[in-house]
Amino acid sequence: MSALSLQQVTVSFAGRAVLSDVTLEIGQGLFIGMLGPNGAGKTTLMRTVLGLIRPAGGRIRVLGEPASSGNAAVGYIPQLRSLAGNMRLRGWDFVASACNGHRWGLPILSRAGRQEVHWALDMVGATELARRPLMETSGGERQRLLLAQALLGRPRLLLLDEPLISLDPHHQHGVVTLVKQVQQELGITVIFSAHELNPLLGAIDQVLYLGRGQAALGKVDEVITKPVLSRLYGSNIDVIRMKNRIFVMAGDVEVEKEEHCHHA
Amino acid sequence: MLEFDFMQNAFIAGGLVSVLAGVVGFFLVMRGQTFAGHALSHVGFAGATGAALLGLSPMWGLIWVTLLGGVSMGALGERLQGSDIVIGTILSLALGLGMLFLHFFTAYATQATALLFGNVLGVNTDTLWTLAWLGLACLLLLAIMARPLVFASLQPELAEAKGVSLRQVSMLFLAIVALTTAECIQIVGVLLVFTLMVGPAATAQKLTSHLGTGVLLAALLALAEAWLGITLAFYTDWPTSFWITALSSSAYLAVTVLHMLRNRRPVASAA
Ligand SMILES: Nc1ncnc2c1ncn2[C@@H]1O[C@H](COP(=O)(O)OP(=O)(O)OP(=O)(O)O)[C@@H](O)[C@H]1O
Ligand SMILES: [Mg+2]
Repeated sequence: MSALSLQQVTVSFAGRAVLSDVTLEIGQGLFIGMLGPNGAGKTTLMRTVLGLIRPAGGRIRVLGEPASSGNAAVGYIPQLRSLAGNMRLRGWDFVASACNGHRWGLPILSRAGRQEVHWALDMVGATELARRPLMETSGGERQRLLLAQALLGRPRLLLLDEPLISLDPHHQHGVVTLVKQVQQELGITVIFSAHELNPLLGAIDQVLYLGRGQAALGKVDEVITKPVLSRLYGSNIDVIRMKNRIFVMAGDVEVEKEEHCHHA
Repeated sequence: MLEFDFMQNAFIAGGLVSVLAGVVGFFLVMRGQTFAGHALSHVGFAGATGAALLGLSPMWGLIWVTLLGGVSMGALGERLQGSDIVIGTILSLALGLGMLFLHFFTAYATQATALLFGNVLGVNTDTLWTLAWLGLACLLLLAIMARPLVFASLQPELAEAKGVSLRQVSMLFLAIVALTTAECIQIVGVLLVFTLMVGPAATAQKLTSHLGTGVLLAALLALAEAWLGITLAFYTDWPTSFWITALSSSAYLAVTVLHMLRNRRPVASAA
């Protein structure tokens, strides 16, 4: 059984296809880096896997089951974070809100629930951090808490939507290392979307590159190539390797850097 | 002062409503929907004056119209939430309509002041029972939905992925807010609902970062402000609503200053 399988999946908004006829299979226990320019459909793909967007066509299997919301086996860190900006709520309460958060009743955790939150915070080394108000934590610390929250319910597939955004290279490295460590320790599948390939290079098993409605999945050396990327971008792309880094260029502009600036 | 029936009623009504307002207000602040709460009270004003014009009970007009307003706000969902312009427009339209209804129903002029600024000293036993039952219903509903409410407020996208219906949560919660608003209007009036719903909650969340403690503190602060306000009104003969607003805003101001001082100290010592 694969962690995720898409067969000829098409997702469109108001008749415009964001993903068209995408077929791919992601094995279990892999760390997948998901890349692609703004609007390529990274978030859309994740929300489709979560069962929040219904595809116009095709078949999706998530750990062998059809995609549907409320699947405890899938963990998620959303890209848009409204992080309770109005309140000085401590990290613990923020993380714990996701513990059985869909059930009716008072938000008072059982002993097992509290242990689960402790476990998740411990996994990411955020036990101390969780005592502080969320709005007084740094971007990197916040990612730790979000990761702990996503681990509640012990998911076997983790979808992390751009956890590196607005972090400096040092903290980017910290987050990638932490995710890798958690992924290995728990033996789960991680799909990690990002705007830049280089921070992920040492950690990922495969890359999933999206562009113009299409997807390419495979080892970095198979996907990050002139023909594949030229097809996904619909223009002439050069791939330049320097030591341990890879630069994806359109003419003399580095495409990933370019997008990053747009986003900031 | 408790030898007077009207004072007993005022204390009971003030106690019931303020505890409810404190608790509901905490979640309202957490969701960043305080302006929606403010607008609902104005919608209630149109409801109460409209009902009076039709010869119906103003209180029930107030309750039903705020409830309708709350549920539709929740149903419209994201398109409306956070849209200050839409909410503000509804608010002024409601106030304008209320004015029009009053214009046709001039005998109601003294009642208008009570609606706008509250009249806790005029609460009779019948009203008291209505307040008690409605308040109980609100607290019960809130207890049932509190867990998904907190989840959906703090992490909406994740909550949705885990099977929480954001629209359902929003509609139910705004229904509770609407009923709470209708109750608050009996005490502090349409224009000052903010003072009971938002003031204590905003103060509480500056004092603690614990969720449970915050809710409890908001309820206690609201209760203290309401009872102290009624007491001060009795001895000074100034309006109760004035005293409650004065206490509510002083408390908020005090903790804000305290907070600023506390946050400045480490910076000063580091420099
Ligand atoms: N709810 C929606 N309604 C209509 N169009 C949408 C909706 N959500 C996404 N889109 C469109 O689908 C396309 C893909 O968007 P998506 O957010 O998935 O891209 P992305 O790869 O995550 O981009 P980014 O790097 O900016 O996060 C965009 O063109 C976007 O405008
Ligand atoms: Mg995205």
